Amino acid sequence: MIYFNNVSKVYKDAVALNDVTLTISAGEFVSIVGASGAGKTTLTKMILADDFPTEGTVFFESINVHKLKNKDLTKLRRRMGVVFQDFKLLSNKTAYENIAFAMEAVGKTDEEIASDVPHVLELVDLSHRLFHFPDQMSGGEKQRLAIARAIINQPELIIADEPTGNLDPINTHEIVQILKKINDLGTTVILATHNRGIIDSVGKRVITMENGKVIRDTKSSK
Amino acid sequence: MTELKRIIKSGFINFQRGGSVSFASVLVVTITLSVIATILFFQAVLYFSLDLIKNKVDVTIYFNVGAPENKIMSLKESLLKLAEVKDVSFSSAEDNVKKFRELHANDYSTIAALDEIGSNPLGATLNIRTKEISQYEDIANFLKSDNALASNSSDIINHSNYHNNKLVIDRLHTMISGAQKLGFLLTLFLIISSIIITFNTIRLTIFISKEEIGVMRLVGASKMRVRGPFMIEGVIYGIIATIVTLIIFWPITAWFGYNMTEFLGLNLYSYYFSNFFQIFAIILFSGILLGVISSALAVRKYLNK
Repeated sequence: MIYFNNVSKVYKDAVALNDVTLTISAGEFVSIVGASGAGKTTLTKMILADDFPTEGTVFFESINVHKLKNKDLTKLRRRMGVVFQDFKLLSNKTAYENIAFAMEAVGKTDEEIASDVPHVLELVDLSHRLFHFPDQMSGGEKQRLAIARAIINQPELIIADEPTGNLDPINTHEIVQILKKINDLGTTVILATHNRGIIDSVGKRVITMENGKVIRDTKSSK
Repeated sequence: MTELKRIIKSGFINFQRGGSVSFASVLVVTITLSVIATILFFQAVLYFSLDLIKNKVDVTIYFNVGAPENKIMSLKESLLKLAEVKDVSFSSAEDNVKKFRELHANDYSTIAALDEIGSNPLGATLNIRTKEISQYEDIANFLKSDNALASNSSDIINHSNYHNNKLVIDRLHTMISGAQKLGFLLTLFLIISSIIITFNTIRLTIFISKEEIGVMRLVGASKMRVRGPFMIEGVIYGIIATIVTLIIFWPITAWFGYNMTEFLGLNLYSYYFSNFFQIFAIILFSGILLGVISSALAVRKYLNK
């Protein structure tokens, strides 16, 4: 599904990715682990075409994501769901509107939005927060809302970049369980984290990065 | 259609939830529109005053005593055909002597001298006004020229006062064109400054949403879906600022109309209401254009990801 072909990314005076080559198949749960600055976020940004490689190519199926025009990139991003450490919710929109916005972006009707949004919020246990703004929610609730937004359009891929970085252990466990459930339903999940404990609890394929390089790629342990 | 409806709705919601940011934007656009409105009134007073001065300038052709009226009228017709001429008024010898008597009614010796002559010593006159002050010289040259229109009249013209008034006319011309240029430059400077200030304020308000614009793009929103609500907000800024500006200028022009009409020569309150729809259209158009363009340009910077 995703192919990194000798991808390197060099910022002014730092190498973020160093000749990365890897393949991620459809339906996989891949954890990318490494210390801060190892290149995990840059790797996820490459898939989203949110940043450009200095060398190499990134394919999503047969599409070179960095060769896409703006309009096609927008369409491609609709096939992915993204979850960030800092949630990246729209602060002036309620929980309902945050999800509705993602649905509107892909052209869903008002009726579909009205029926699906409460349902997905129920899935992440946020039914009682329907009309609350992000700043009226706890960290765990915000992250669950971000996950609801990411999955609402039934994407083929979920990219979660340090989704538990700002959460306590209980919320961390909840988020990981939700991601596992999403994966069980057939969605490919890429989870970038520096937390070894999470990786161990997931027990799926782990890619370890250090100084922009893939130093280990271990298949499922469970 | 659904997309448009959603964009408009989002724009209204964002404006409503924007709170102090929306208020600040409306305030800045109001200031800019007030500058534009002030300039409109300034131009009205300037042009009114200049027109008043222009209308006080004229050239009179004095005809010989006994010059046939049909020849004078023929010259009048010829003058009226000239593109530069605004109007020509004829005053007969009888009218002129009547006016002279009225003017010197208290000057006994002058009236006595006139009575002594017995007959009317004054000839008829043509009073000419051109569209522009600079055109009086053309008229003077026309009267001196040998062309067919003027040549028949050379024997009936006694003199014209153009050369006596030339210095005053030239000075007025320089003063009026200087005032117009200064007015234009001042207008240009104020409008450009206001636009830059407004643009930068709106840019700052959108800068606050910079990250959210990126998020919207990442969840797959089209450029128009992201940009649209900001542009609608720009339209709302423009409309509200227009209403506020028009309301503010109501008491201001009333004060000027009540206290300054004699000084300015123009009642600004009457001018405001007699030209209300034109002023409203200019202010509204400027406000909306300013809001929409500033928003669109500011968002564009963050959209190309």
